Amino acid sequence: MEHLLSLFIRAVFIENMALAFFLGMCSFIAISKKIETAIGLGIAVIVVQTITLPANNLVYTYLLRDGALAWAGLPNVDLSYLSFLTFIGVIAAIVQILEMLLDKYVPALYNALGIFLPLITVNCVIMAGSLFMQERDYNFSESVVYGVGSGASWALAIALLAGIREKLKYSNVPDGLQGLGITFIIIGLMSLGFMSFSGVQL
Amino acid sequence: MAKQPTAREVLIDPIFNNNPIALQILGICSALAVTSNLNTALVMAIALTLVTAFSNLFIAMIRNQIPSSIRMIVQMVIIASLVIVVDQVLRAYAFSLAKQLSVFVGLIITNCIVMGRAEAFAMQNPPMLSFWDGIGNGLGYSLMLIALGVIRELFGAGKLMGVEILPLVKDGGWYDPNGLLLLPPSAFFLIGLFIWGLRIWKKDQTEPATFKLAPQVREEGE
Repeated sequence: MEHLLSLFIRAVFIENMALAFFLGMCSFIAISKKIETAIGLGIAVIVVQTITLPANNLVYTYLLRDGALAWAGLPNVDLSYLSFLTFIGVIAAIVQILEMLLDKYVPALYNALGIFLPLITVNCVIMAGSLFMQERDYNFSESVVYGVGSGASWALAIALLAGIREKLKYSNVPDGLQGLGITFIIIGLMSLGFMSFSGVQL
Repeated sequence: MAKQPTAREVLIDPIFNNNPIALQILGICSALAVTSNLNTALVMAIALTLVTAFSNLFIAMIRNQIPSSIRMIVQMVIIASLVIVVDQVLRAYAFSLAKQLSVFVGLIITNCIVMGRAEAFAMQNPPMLSFWDGIGNGLGYSLMLIALGVIRELFGAGKLMGVEILPLVKDGGWYDPNGLLLLPPSAFFLIGLFIWGLRIWKKDQTEPATFKLAPQVREEGE
């Protein structure tokens, strides 16, 4: 239990997906103009991450891993080179289902997210979560915790950035830096701040 | 889109006028993670250009057969297969580089440039034009990546592609390396400054300010 808790804390703060690994930057920058949409997208990412990571973990453990097909009488088959394709397939399917559900039940959020909902599929956070899970050999319960934690870390970062950017509307930024340029510099400063967590020992 | 763009336009445009990183905000993750030295930046740039070009080509070929409700999955399958090919080639011929790039080769799949161009361009345009669009966007991305890689490796470690350019103080030279440049936050600062430079040069890319600041007025009785 303690082990899972420290995994969660590490996923949220020390290995923050957005600010320590720089993943999911496209939507991180494009959707962070308003706090409400930022939080909406953050929640969507947490949900997708929490579903896809354990799902991919099961697929990897029982179908792809070296010798995983022993239950089907094929102990020598190693399908792990198919992991990219399988992971992204699972992710795309889950996102598409989520898109249909949102379109039907929460059209306001659906319209606000616009093209960035399909782009959750290519949100590096989701894919990277699965790839890290594979690289670090997480078991099922660890993958659930890591899914929630890494999703939450990204949501936290985007909410913080949106807060800063809302305040920033009223400041006098030089012409060329307006918008995208200044956003990059803010994220740089935020990530410097989050680097201070990297000294925390758990 | 009313008129078909020419091959020349789609090839040259993304490099400066419509740079995927600086203007379209696509594909930034890998730009930060792999640019701490030039070698990985170069490999990543080449890999991404090839994947974008070929995925655009294949998707444009079958664009009229893809039902729109499952288009994302079809696109992802094509892109993922291409990335698996790239990954296996890298593992076979440049294993140490593949290890350095670790998960980031896999993350080409989720690089928004590839998917963004497939969705925005290849779904509406004929195959060859889409292919050139892929190459053009790949070049725009490569330009940014290589610029970042050169700056970060040269000033952060005094080397280019592992060859010493600026002799370091600890080896008896004169250059004291700036370690911050090897850490990820510096990539953000550099991209920010790069965008600033580009927008001073190309004024029309500047975003309008959300609010004009009013001159300070002292109110009565304050």
